[in-house]
Amino acid sequence: MDIFLNILIGIVEEGLMYALLALGMYITYSLLDFPDLSVDGTFPLGAVLTGVLIMHGVNPWLCLIISFAVGMIAGTITGILNVKLNIIPLLCGIIMYTAMLSVNLVIIRKGTDGMAIASFFNEETIFNSGIASVIPQSVGGFYLRTAIISLIIVVICKILMDLYLKTKSGLLLRATGDNERYTSMLGCNPGTVKILGLALGNGFAAVAGSVIAQNKGSADQQMGVGMVVLGLASVIIGLSVFKNVKFMKGTTMVILGSLLYKASYQIVLELGLPTEFNNLLKAVIFLIALILGGTQITSLIKSFTSKNGKEKANA
Amino acid sequence: MLELSNIKKIFNAGTIDETVLFDGFGFKIEKGEFVSVIGSNGSGKTTLLNLACGTIKPDGGDIIFKGSNITKLPEYKRARSIGRVLQDPRLGTCGNLTILENMALADNKNKSFNLTAGVNKKRADYYKTLLETCGMGLENRMNVPVGNLSGGQRQAIALIIASMTDIDLLVLDEHTAALDPKSSEIIMQLTDKVVKEKNLTTLMVTHNLRFAIEYGNRLVMMHEGKCIMDIKGEEKQNANVDDLLKVFNEISIESGN
Ligand SMILES: Nc1ncnc2c1ncn2[C@@H]1O[C@H](COP(=O)(O)OP(=O)(O)OP(=O)(O)O)[C@@H](O)[C@H]1O
Ligand SMILES: [Mg+2]
Repeated sequence: MDIFLNILIGIVEEGLMYALLALGMYITYSLLDFPDLSVDGTFPLGAVLTGVLIMHGVNPWLCLIISFAVGMIAGTITGILNVKLNIIPLLCGIIMYTAMLSVNLVIIRKGTDGMAIASFFNEETIFNSGIASVIPQSVGGFYLRTAIISLIIVVICKILMDLYLKTKSGLLLRATGDNERYTSMLGCNPGTVKILGLALGNGFAAVAGSVIAQNKGSADQQMGVGMVVLGLASVIIGLSVFKNVKFMKGTTMVILGSLLYKASYQIVLELGLPTEFNNLLKAVIFLIALILGGTQITSLIKSFTSKNGKEKANA
Repeated sequence: MLELSNIKKIFNAGTIDETVLFDGFGFKIEKGEFVSVIGSNGSGKTTLLNLACGTIKPDGGDIIFKGSNITKLPEYKRARSIGRVLQDPRLGTCGNLTILENMALADNKNKSFNLTAGVNKKRADYYKTLLETCGMGLENRMNVPVGNLSGGQRQAIALIIASMTDIDLLVLDEHTAALDPKSSEIIMQLTDKVVKEKNLTTLMVTHNLRFAIEYGNRLVMMHEGKCIMDIKGEEKQNANVDDLLKVFNEISIESGN
């Protein structure tokens, strides 16, 4: 019984941390209809940046904010590639991801005097210092602190995003993903709005990387592998499973989607799947999510092949 | 007000599909005019509107709007003083957002889209009075996503949105074409009302010859990238559907189809 509860807590912890990534991809994929592969690079960007900064004594909470800002810069570049240079979303992501491989490595090398991994097991992180020290480490033998801290961060991010999506800028973002010509007709440049959305999406991806790295106590480039699949799967699972729940916000759906994704992944692992099958499993869950999502398969294919991530309507 | 001069527009230049639509094309609309544009499929009506609005750029020639050359100005900047309703009712509004949110966005046109509240509840009554003018009961459905409305209802909202802020020119591209006869009648009457109330200069493309005759104060017929008929005043008032049909038939025979 205890084993089950501990597995459950593990799922909740990780599911919540990765929900930050899912929130970011909710903006890019669901609201802007832009399947953004660059998160495979910006997720570890947040991680390695945080690793190096913490090793240099920077406040771990401040690291979240710095990661967000730097992730936004990376997302801005993805957006510029698409909007100004007319490169299709798929290729923008591949270009960014490839470039980030070097950028992330340079950050680690410079920050650690030549290592390939930033490890900071004994340093202060959001999970062991500050408000974390106020939260009891475990209750009744169950280690709850990590889950609680993760929950706090996710809830704050969710609320901020919900509030943002109700501002003028947020409404315009939602409108742009739905109907770019409407944005044009409002006298606004849809390209600029898209760039902003991609910046936000990658900002959240970097924060997710930062949080996961702080939990692990180390950070390296490898952490980015499979993040696109994980994030998209969470978004699609959340939005399709809960699509008929009245008054549930999209942000809530994708957070729950992330938890469901982690749960299904973990359950299969616990059933004894050898670890070399991990990525195969991720791919299969993603596939099932796409089939679950039904109509979204066609829109995903469309957005991969069309220039602007969205079928241009005829003039 | 708006003048296109010596316009050249070639599609698919350099391929076997090359279409020279406009060559030395000119078109002018004066302040206060309500021009109905008719013409056969492929005669260049939509392209004319697209050039005026900046959706596409000409391969030659100039577009002058209110005394300044806007040939190179992007569509979204021109939209600040041009309101437009398209043929497809889905394009003039945002289906994911509610009526209220759509109107709030439109209300904020030409202002900053910043981090303040997107919907100002105090303006809701004003939006409702605007919606009441269409007589579709939309004022009672402010929180319904626009995607759940019918094409006619969406087009009514699109029209209100296009004319909500101060604009110098209203551009309508077959904006009643996707609607049933009754709805298109309603939208056309609403259009006329809005144009008269706000004294808008209007450029309207339509395939409905009766609308072209009944509404507006100038009528232009296009054919193969040229204006082959341009009447206004008394001449327009005396025109009737049969006359127009006759001209249509003549040009069809000439061009052999
Ligand atoms: N983007 C484009 N690419 C290639 N050819 C085009 C394009 N847009 C228009 N054309 C061509 O230009 C010509 C005029 O098209 P346009 O859409 O302006 O006609 P229209 O008068 O609006 O016709 P309709 O009554 O069918 O709407 C047509 O021959 C069309 O094939
Ligand atoms: Mg047309």
